Amino acid sequence: MHPAFSVIFLTTLIGVGQGLFLALYTGQVYALFHVLSAEGDRQFYAVGSLIALAFLIAGLVSSFFHLGHPERAWRSAAQWRTSWLSREVIVLPAFMACVFGYGVAHYFGWNVPLFTLGETLQVDLIMLIGAAGTLLCFALFVSTGMIYACLRFLQEWHTPLTVSNFILLGGASGFALAAAFAALAAPALTGFYGKWALIITVLAFISRTASLVRNHKLKPKSTLQSAIGVRHKVIAQKSQGFMGGSFNTREFFHGKSASALRSVKWLFIALTFALPFVLLAWGLSDNTASLLLLAFLVQYAGLIAERWFFFAQANHPQNLYYQTIS
Amino acid sequence: MTQLALVIDLNVCVGCHACVTNCKEWNTSGMAGPLSDFNPYGAEPTGTFLNRVQTFEVGTFPNTETVHFPKSCLHCEEPPCVPVCPTGASYKRKEDGIVLVDYDKCIGCKYCSWACPYGVREIDEKQKVMKKCTLCVDRIYDMGLPEKERKPACVLACPTSARLFGDVHDPESAVSVAIRDSSGYPLMPEWGTKPSNHYLPRRKTQLRIHDDELVRADNPLKKERLLPKPDKSEPSLDDVTSW
Repeated sequence: MHPAFSVIFLTTLIGVGQGLFLALYTGQVYALFHVLSAEGDRQFYAVGSLIALAFLIAGLVSSFFHLGHPERAWRSAAQWRTSWLSREVIVLPAFMACVFGYGVAHYFGWNVPLFTLGETLQVDLIMLIGAAGTLLCFALFVSTGMIYACLRFLQEWHTPLTVSNFILLGGASGFALAAAFAALAAPALTGFYGKWALIITVLAFISRTASLVRNHKLKPKSTLQSAIGVRHKVIAQKSQGFMGGSFNTREFFHGKSASALRSVKWLFIALTFALPFVLLAWGLSDNTASLLLLAFLVQYAGLIAERWFFFAQANHPQNLYYQTIS
Repeated sequence: MTQLALVIDLNVCVGCHACVTNCKEWNTSGMAGPLSDFNPYGAEPTGTFLNRVQTFEVGTFPNTETVHFPKSCLHCEEPPCVPVCPTGASYKRKEDGIVLVDYDKCIGCKYCSWACPYGVREIDEKQKVMKKCTLCVDRIYDMGLPEKERKPACVLACPTSARLFGDVHDPESAVSVAIRDSSGYPLMPEWGTKPSNHYLPRRKTQLRIHDDELVRADNPLKKERLLPKPDKSEPSLDDVTSW
């Protein structure tokens, strides 16, 4: 497939936003259960939510560049019964509203306990909005992943690993950003976010490597034989019906050499997993905010390469019909 | 239930592109707006087409065969492009099974083209909406046209009648009979899309002649006695030879 930067930025930016929100809320829940002694102040959560929201808005804006008719984008909420894209279109604004509400609730300190769970667990409005946001956050990860994973003949994408990659890669980058942000705004929480960022980065590496190995072993289901229905081992295309290119030759081919593809693969493995892991570990031991921020930036750059590779690697069966110009 | 479709006979398609040209002419002049072209007289012309004819060579020289292969939307019975559309612009008509795009609802996200394994949807780079074969829905029901012209433009243009049009759900229709009797097959059956359009394979008329058909085993004369074989140099016509 041809990697479209609008979609690359959409998926990576909202991934960061989602991961950052999850980091903030996880920290708060840990503190609620007294697993984590430290807790950020109201301003830390409010500004953190604002940063997450900024990433989500940037992703949303980027997605509009993918559309031929952005002014009709509102229509895309219609087919939520069948289309994962439609579900994403509904869940993304709902999640953004929750992140906004979460930030506002923190800023105004709406922490009056509404009811008590069990003996001691006091639940306030902030926790409720955060819980709803967490549900929507995972719904958004699943929707985004399923947009690609549901296309059964794009075999490289048609695996649960696509969804787990979106969740783990988004989570890793979000927790890395949370660590950097905490180092600047709430140093007591840096270790918590940073250690989770390390763990999720390792999990993401395992999941992404698994999908790389799986895709390496894939055998295309469609062949030129099934594409034109002629049973012969030797079939060569002599003409694709036009010479100057078409939508079919532009949209479904990445247009780069196999070696370029391999280079991007090793680049994203280094930038998304190896380098951020070292930088995060170093930043945590040194307690340096700049190293943690660098870790996030490097990982985000790696994610752009990762997403580019994700698209480029997918081999659409329609390409069988477009092998030779003439 | 009706399912309109095309049956394309690869045995008689000569690859003349008349269907491509007539499809473009009809569909670029319709109410839905032109099928935009870019740089049509330049070095890299490109544009939107609903039908393409491709050519494949099967086998190794000298045992090769050229297959001209027209490709347009197959109007699948299980169209994978329809459920993925977020706006409902892509839909399959209940009454006749034609898969269509509502150009006023399409947001141009191209997701449906990703979901089509056959690559038969093309975005119109000027109108920014997805376009595809409509089976000339604006022709086939036009009562202003004589009945024999109420067919898709590509079918009317084909000089060798390689394209048949009709209801593949009616077992007695010409298309159903052609699929049944001439081994019509769908493309990429592995994806379960159940394409309505079918292709008829290349067919060779072959006569299998056994030895006993050349030398009559039941020659009544042979039963009496063995006749001397005529000399190779002698004339071999039946009425002048010894047998």
